[in-house]
Amino acid sequence: MPRFPKPPEGTWTEHYPELGTEPVAYEDSISPAFHELERDAIFRRAWLNLGRVEQLPKTGSYFTKELAVAKASIIIVRDRDGEVRAFHNICRHRGNKLVWNDFPREETQGVARQFVCKYHGWRYGLDGTLNHVQQESEFFDLDKSCHGLVPVHCDVWAGFIFVNLAREPKQSLREFLGPMITALEGYPFDRMTERFGYRTEVHANWKLFMDAFAEFYHAPILHAKQSRERYAAAGQKLGFEAPYYSIDGPHRLVSTSGVRNWEMGDDAVKPSEVLTRGGLFGPWDKPDLGEMPRGVNPGRCKPWGLDSFQLFPNFAILIWSQGWYLTYHYWPTSYNAHIFEGNVYFLPARTARERIAHEMTAATFKEFALQDGNTLEATQISLETRAVDRFHLNDQEILLRHLHKVVGDWVDDYRLAKGAVA
Amino acid sequence: MTMLPDEFADLETFAGKWCLATEPARYATRLASSMPELQAFYDAMTPRAAAAIDYCDRFALDDMPEAVVNLMYLIYSFINVSFSVEVWLQPRVPDSGSAYFTCFLEPTP
Repeated sequence: MPRFPKPPEGTWTEHYPELGTEPVAYEDSISPAFHELERDAIFRRAWLNLGRVEQLPKTGSYFTKELAVAKASIIIVRDRDGEVRAFHNICRHRGNKLVWNDFPREETQGVARQFVCKYHGWRYGLDGTLNHVQQESEFFDLDKSCHGLVPVHCDVWAGFIFVNLAREPKQSLREFLGPMITALEGYPFDRMTERFGYRTEVHANWKLFMDAFAEFYHAPILHAKQSRERYAAAGQKLGFEAPYYSIDGPHRLVSTSGVRNWEMGDDAVKPSEVLTRGGLFGPWDKPDLGEMPRGVNPGRCKPWGLDSFQLFPNFAILIWSQGWYLTYHYWPTSYNAHIFEGNVYFLPARTARERIAHEMTAATFKEFALQDGNTLEATQISLETRAVDRFHLNDQEILLRHLHKVVGDWVDDYRLAKGAVA
Repeated sequence: MTMLPDEFADLETFAGKWCLATEPARYATRLASSMPELQAFYDAMTPRAAAAIDYCDRFALDDMPEAVVNLMYLIYSFINVSFSVEVWLQPRVPDSGSAYFTCFLEPTP
């Protein structure tokens, strides 16, 4: 008997019949050729989140983003009108990388009045206009007004900065995000500016890590040691069931119920959690965030633990009932490696006590992520043996099916479109 | 020269090693320590953590004397080390091999 009601079809997976229930192959995660297709089909066509507006506090604030997967380097800047703009990070003169420090492959950030090329001193305004050409009179038929920085489609939703590398995106950002995601508008992302950022390179396909965080079936087993005995034993006996799943276009959501281990007695929590009043689920003392937008806990789970929204292709927002949120980004560097970035956001601590609860929460997140990350390398190595090529997914793994299906659909769509042109 | 407030003179012996301003420094020190060293620090901090948090809580976060900031750092190190002592029973996260997860941004203090 399921602990939580399932849809009328009997399972979450069959509620979305296009997903099927048959075993899946993971060829899409071990094939270099497939990854080459993903680059153009997905990462050069989908809206990609590159950060938040708080990273650009004033006029001229900028940061660069290296998108190896799309073979692009992007400058994101706040211009004189306060607009957030994106440009390809390349000088129009002879193609030098425009904004970088010391190491051309590393990202950088800062505040600028204009961008000056290190090579021959061409200068660009914050709106991308080419303002100055060194020895301009020696050029032939050079029209400065046609040689501004190459713009990249850029839009902001709820303070999240997105770019789209397509010449003409098929959808606006809002259309792409769809109703499930845009219903999060009103969540106080803008006030939650206390940030912990973590980054690592994972030697596994980007989708395998998205899979890991799209199901909690693994939690009672992989993370058993992380919990106190009583909590761990209860978890292993019962397994894991999520009370709510939802799929909207290419995006997906799982919500969890609100088990609070600190309410299970002292033998269910770590002594240091009691002292610091923080842990995996967040600070024990929940800040008042005001009324939540309707997109939060859309399944109206009661009790409610968290919502894990996965935004296609490689971005996740986790909203916790204890009043904080996490973001994940998965940036492929090859078919079997990616850079994973996790950011933890809180309302700025008002007291040392709050700050310490935040530290415990962020530290616990890191310990869990370290466990998850290394398991993935082991999965990648095994999958690449191709000794097994069909894998059964259970109903709690519905979102994995969806991710791999959407990736396949986008690649097929791209192949068709390319075939039509050729 | 002491690093901590006088009230926490009993923890001064750990201050030189564990009053570290960044998470990468704290995590690296944890990995470079033996379990007896981590256990000794943890055992000294556990009975004093509540008092230390109370003490820090009397100061505004943006106007903390240096000794209080050091005490905050010591508490952060206690948090970091608590996983080795309470959960993993070894300095490193099990099966984490060569995996790393670098903290590139954190609030101050």
